[in-house]
Amino acid sequence: MIRVDVRAKDYDGVPVLRDVRFDVARGETVALLGPSGIGKSTLLRLIAGIDTDFEGHVEAPEAMAIVFQEPTLLLWRSVLDNILLVHPRLPRDEALATLGKVGLRGKETQFPTQLSLGQQRRLSLARAFAGKPELLIMDEPFVSLDAAMADEMLGLAEALIAETRPATIFVTHAEPEAARLATRHLVLGGRPATLQP
Amino acid sequence: MVRALSLLGLLLLWMVAARLTDDPQVLPGPFALLTPFAAEIRSGALPYHLLHTLVRVAWAFALAMSIGMALGLAMGLFPALDRWLDPWLVVFLNLPALVLIVLCYLWIGLNETAAIAAVTLNKIPNVTTIIREGARALDPGLRAMAQVFRMPRRTYLRHVILPQLAPYTTGAARSGIAVIWKIVLVVEFLGRSNGIGFQIHLYFQLFDVAHVLVYALSFIAVMLAVEWLFLQPWERRVRRWRLA
Repeated sequence: MIRVDVRAKDYDGVPVLRDVRFDVARGETVALLGPSGIGKSTLLRLIAGIDTDFEGHVEAPEAMAIVFQEPTLLLWRSVLDNILLVHPRLPRDEALATLGKVGLRGKETQFPTQLSLGQQRRLSLARAFAGKPELLIMDEPFVSLDAAMADEMLGLAEALIAETRPATIFVTHAEPEAARLATRHLVLGGRPATLQP
Repeated sequence: MVRALSLLGLLLLWMVAARLTDDPQVLPGPFALLTPFAAEIRSGALPYHLLHTLVRVAWAFALAMSIGMALGLAMGLFPALDRWLDPWLVVFLNLPALVLIVLCYLWIGLNETAAIAAVTLNKIPNVTTIIREGARALDPGLRAMAQVFRMPRRTYLRHVILPQLAPYTTGAARSGIAVIWKIVLVVEFLGRSNGIGFQIHLYFQLFDVAHVLVYALSFIAVMLAVEWLFLQPWERRVRRWRLA
């Protein structure tokens, strides 16, 4: 169970988030919706533990994974190393199998710079799921992809979530993405942002 | 090809200058150096002094790079530390090399420790400044990724931070080795009884330009070999992902 209780988050004295409270159970997928700049990514950073400067408390498991808007890969390490360095205890065979699930088998010795943007995004997904996370955080993972590629990535994410069953929180602006992937929707709104009923 | 032609042009310029000077005591031609060069090799003097200078360069380089990288990284990552140490850095950056050398000899004595300390202290501020810029430019997205995935610290340093710093490290290393060996020569000139700098001092007093050139050019050749055999291959290796 993931328990989020953010009482207050400010940036330079400007209130950004107030009284954001919710729980996410294992296997549940929560879509976080709201207008641009409302604080959705900020909230994800608090949940992920990247930003600890806030009032409140987040209960999250150690086994956590994140997928950013950008692939955020180690461009100077091979495709396989991008998984193994992040999950040092993962057997090589399992890492290769995960690459196979996202269609990157055979590319393991290449550098990410040799992959297309779509392949880099798939590698980013593979890295997230390889460690079998209990909590998966995704910050607009399908943004700026063409319709066909976004659909392919959604399908992949759907399959991997069904297989791994983490508690998933993801930010999106696209209602169809939320409808397809999420079991529950949360909407942030207002200034400072709170959860809308 | 262009490099070879350029070097050949320099050689021709030297030959013309030597012909115009018409005084081997002032400027001997390049081929006039072959005899003293062979004599210094045969007597063992050139390898002996070359080795001493190389050891000093290696020590000063290793120490300056290690300390400068650690300081630069810390200052780049922790703004509070940077605010404290930046004034010191500016002072040391602007302290003339000669002052540090003289002070090290006065405080530590005319010994090997003082010589290496003087060279190291001269180079550390430069390495620190370059690496600090690199640390400031580290990708915050990768830091967040490493944090969320609980990447072990050593892995993070080795596979995330150091590769991002590679262009800065290479720049610091290449400029460092060039500056360090020149300072080592001054250090030897002023207070050591061996090394290329000492020999140049000796032949300066004898007004023997040919021997001064033999020692200087021999060491330049060695440093070029270091550049071609070690620094350039290393740079190619760390840049190979960009070229793939």
